[in-house]
Amino acid sequence: MYPLFFFVFATAAVGFAINLLVQRHPIHSALSLIGVMASLASLYLMLGAEFIAAVQVIVYAGAIMVLFVFVIMLLNAGEEERTDRSRLAKYLGMPLFLVFLVTLATILSRQFSPNSMVQFGDFPGHTADIGRRLFQNFLLPFEVVSILILIAIVGAVVLARKETY
Amino acid sequence: MVPLSYYLILSAILFGLGTAGFLFKRNIVTIFMSVELMLNAVNLTFVALSYHFRQLDGQIFVFFVMVVAAAEAAVGLAIIIAVFRNRGSLNVDQMDLMKF
Repeated sequence: MYPLFFFVFATAAVGFAINLLVQRHPIHSALSLIGVMASLASLYLMLGAEFIAAVQVIVYAGAIMVLFVFVIMLLNAGEEERTDRSRLAKYLGMPLFLVFLVTLATILSRQFSPNSMVQFGDFPGHTADIGRRLFQNFLLPFEVVSILILIAIVGAVVLARKETY
Repeated sequence: MVPLSYYLILSAILFGLGTAGFLFKRNIVTIFMSVELMLNAVNLTFVALSYHFRQLDGQIFVFFVMVVAAAEAAVGLAIIIAVFRNRGSLNVDQMDLMKF
């Protein structure tokens, strides 16, 4: 049952990602990206990362993608025009991509022996442990990141406002 | 049971597709979405290896990556709005003022 779920969600993720590349309208690409994120959230659940799965759905698929869709609609983005400027990319792009993937797959399957399996229900920690670690060992990074978020909010407002003075 | 390398290979495929989108797409918003796809692929690697090494630090790193991605999305989309206001287009081929 577990491998079946893995392959279903993995295929969904790759399919949505390919759809992101193929679609020409940004809204369709954004919806495909939401599909990728939802499939990845289920994969996180299967790896035992419940907190990350929830945050993935709430923050990524919720907040960030809403921002993307909002901007696409605000700017009224139409279909993108194709430009065939690079012959090199046209003929060498796909073969080089496949070479890259095959190399990576070979290295990964050699590095991690086939008996390092992912077993369902055999998980190292739960959300409470993450919270404890986050607020004990990683307290300073947490505070720094909150300042980063504050700066990002102010920066976004400054960048996007109309200059009327 | 699924081998760990399957998760890592899936993440490599997603990262490669994100790179391809970054290079092929011409709409600046879609290029930005490809960057998000690459970030997601890296997050999957973090979570898979966090499981493999029995350490929660990987998941905490994913949390930080998500926070930084949210900040990046907010600032990046604000920059896109400013660029659209100045140049009236989202096509990256028309943003070549600094091209030699």
